[in-house]
Amino acid sequence: MAAISVHDLVKTFGPTRALDGLDLEVGTGEVHGFLGPNGSGKSTTIRVLLGLLRADSGEARLLDGDPWRDAVKLHQRLAYVPGDVNLWPNLTGGEAIDLLAGLRGGLDESRRAQLLERFELDPTKKARTYSKGNRQKVALVAAFASDVELYVLDEPTSGLDPLMESVFQDCVEEMSDAGKTVLLSSHILAEVEALCDRVSIIREGRTVETGTLAELRHLTRTSIIAETQRPVTGLEAVQGVHDVRVDGLRTWCEVDTSAIDAVMRHLLSFRITSLTSTPPTLEELFLRHYGDELAREGENHRRAESGTRAR
Amino acid sequence: MSTVTAPESSGRGRYAGTARLVRFALRRDRIQLPVWLLALTALQAFSAASVFGLYPTEADLRSFAVATAASPVALATNGIVSGYSAGAVLASQIVMPLSLAAGLMSTLLVVRHTRQNEETGRAELVEAAVVGRKALLTAALVVAVGGNVVLGLLNVVVLIALGLPLDGSVALGAAVAGAGIAFAAIAALTAQVTDSARTANGLAGAALGVAFGLRAVGDMTGTVTDAGTRVVTGWPTWVSPIGWAEQVRPYDDNAWWVLALPAAFALVLGSVAFALTEHRDLGSGLVPTRPGPARASRSLPTAVGSAWRMQRMILFWWAFGVAVLAATYGAIGDQIDDFLGSGEQVSDMMEQLGGGTTDMVDAYFAAIFGVMAIAVAGYAVQALLRMRGEESAGRLESVLATAVSRPRWMLAHVGLVTAGIVALQLLTGAVAGLAFGLVTGGVPEQVVRLTGAALVFVPAILVVAAAVALLFGAFPAWSAGLSWGFLALCLALGPLGGLLGLSATVRDLSPFAHIPAVPAAQVTATPLVWLVVIAVVVDAAAVVLFRRRDLTTS
Repeated sequence: MAAISVHDLVKTFGPTRALDGLDLEVGTGEVHGFLGPNGSGKSTTIRVLLGLLRADSGEARLLDGDPWRDAVKLHQRLAYVPGDVNLWPNLTGGEAIDLLAGLRGGLDESRRAQLLERFELDPTKKARTYSKGNRQKVALVAAFASDVELYVLDEPTSGLDPLMESVFQDCVEEMSDAGKTVLLSSHILAEVEALCDRVSIIREGRTVETGTLAELRHLTRTSIIAETQRPVTGLEAVQGVHDVRVDGLRTWCEVDTSAIDAVMRHLLSFRITSLTSTPPTLEELFLRHYGDELAREGENHRRAESGTRAR
Repeated sequence: MSTVTAPESSGRGRYAGTARLVRFALRRDRIQLPVWLLALTALQAFSAASVFGLYPTEADLRSFAVATAASPVALATNGIVSGYSAGAVLASQIVMPLSLAAGLMSTLLVVRHTRQNEETGRAELVEAAVVGRKALLTAALVVAVGGNVVLGLLNVVVLIALGLPLDGSVALGAAVAGAGIAFAAIAALTAQVTDSARTANGLAGAALGVAFGLRAVGDMTGTVTDAGTRVVTGWPTWVSPIGWAEQVRPYDDNAWWVLALPAAFALVLGSVAFALTEHRDLGSGLVPTRPGPARASRSLPTAVGSAWRMQRMILFWWAFGVAVLAATYGAIGDQIDDFLGSGEQVSDMMEQLGGGTTDMVDAYFAAIFGVMAIAVAGYAVQALLRMRGEESAGRLESVLATAVSRPRWMLAHVGLVTAGIVALQLLTGAVAGLAFGLVTGGVPEQVVRLTGAALVFVPAILVVAAAVALLFGAFPAWSAGLSWGFLALCLALGPLGGLLGLSATVRDLSPFAHIPAVPAAQVTATPLVWLVVIAVVVDAAAVVLFRRRDLTTS
């Protein structure tokens, strides 16, 4: 059974088509990355899934229920962290945690205490004195202290520092180990790469790519930088090789995953002295779908940096 | 390393950018400030028209002045009497309330442009630009002083247009502006002390209350001279910025030197506020926010508990205001016959305000309760619009993503406000009855009689509350404006309707038109039952509409 199953979802706001036939499939127990640029419809999808917005057409199922009709029943089984956490200015952080988790149906006391410590959050401060990061922590503690089946996290780490980001990743991993399902909408590709089993990439309200990271890597190219004893020739002729550039004894190229073997054989004949191969990152997957201009910029940037990122 | 240039720490540098910030503040307040100024000027014009209409002859004016000066309660609620020319009588009625209102306008304005900017983080953006440390406060005070000067000038224009003498009109305008400026300085100070805009407003509001209270005591304990037409106040009036405005005695003494008091006061407090801005970090207050409980109470994580937490301060402040008003009106109930004099216009006016009876006291309470019921409807509008506030601030989204259903969340608010309406009406009747009973004797029966009368208004207020809920359910983005508009319409159709000469058919559109003029008239159940039925049906429709719509933020 899929935890979330969305098919051909459409939502319009006046003339704007925020969702334009979106598909999303999240298996039970899976950590699913939900990627897309600002305004691509991630938050709108999540709001439909939470029954806060009503879809115009299409199908959405959440934990085997109708997100609009069965909202209350379903909400007992899920926790939500918005991207922009707004709290009651005159409540303390601790009160806000108890309020949000309590309205959901209660929280695990020991987990609450432990999470407060791990996120280094002072629960006695009034919410209006919290920074954005601290407000985010309040929502995260309230969510992770709740014992639910599904966590819906909408860019939950915006405003967290790298230390807290790693605490967050630990929490998600613990939830995942406990068999919980996580829908993680994010901009931070490193986070998604570290945490997610599968990802869906959306753009302008449509799903443009979905699959496991391994599957998606098939869609992109590995970049290779080789130094050889003799200048490389004839590499362009190999099937699945792109953007070949030879500068003396140094060779740069982009290789389809299926062609790596052929390229290696070809390069061997020129006697390799050093080899750097960079696997495709999620960033590249991401960039491929967001405008050619942006993609080119990213490509140049990546070239300039690829030496330092070599594995 | 050794050549780091320190930013200019004195002179113009600290005020850099002030002019731009003033323009920005005026841009932000382009609706709010003109509304305040025009509303207060209109209040002045309306009062002048009614004084001139009610007391056309010198004898009328004189007897009114004498009656007012003789009534401690009238002195406490209206201000001192000084002379009996048309202008002087007008001044005795309007200077005090207008000064109070100018003080409130200044307080909200200064806090809005200082502490609120810091609290929301807007000030950080601004101060990171080429803006001096003192510029924010300076700009706020420039706008506040300018606003009060304009308020004074508008009043001068209106008063002269009504045919009053120039010097007295200028004195009145200056007195009111002086009080407003004094409170701008108080707000400048409270905005430095605390790190919350709400608390800064609260402290300045408390100062306003203390100033009102001091002068009320001073005015009541004064002595009456000049054949009953002049009140020489006790000392407490002299230590209140609102008292200073009264002491100018426009159209009588025109005591210009008194204006030096608010000026000196504002200069001293303003300087202290400026000194404090130099010695604190941006965003922090002198008194840091105290930590609160780490755990929520048992009742908070429920739909009703969380709604109560959002509603309780609103109800508390309304209860306080309603109790003060009811006590005042109740206490002067026995003087109503002499106080309003034998003037025929007065009894006509009372009759139109809702009495329709020959018993002046009952007519008086019917009129007072009619106006206060509309005030309580104002509570209902403010409290129910918290729902929209929660939605547009984005907090409702987090709450509705929990296991709370939309109907339950909404009915918690509607239910609490319904209870609040009943509580406020109970308070109105009970306190008025207690105060009236204390001055006339027979406390228990007056409390019962007037509480019963006040409760009769509840169904009409419930209809207003239901209308707000419906607007929230149907047109969330417009709900605030439309709700207040509906309340204003009730006021125009109801208490003012007779004075405005509207026909009965038009006035029947207001739910308040169907409430019998208790305690003057007999209570008939039918219209009350109908009003309750309408309220329940409209509330149900509101829940259904809210259940069916998208949530929207800002």
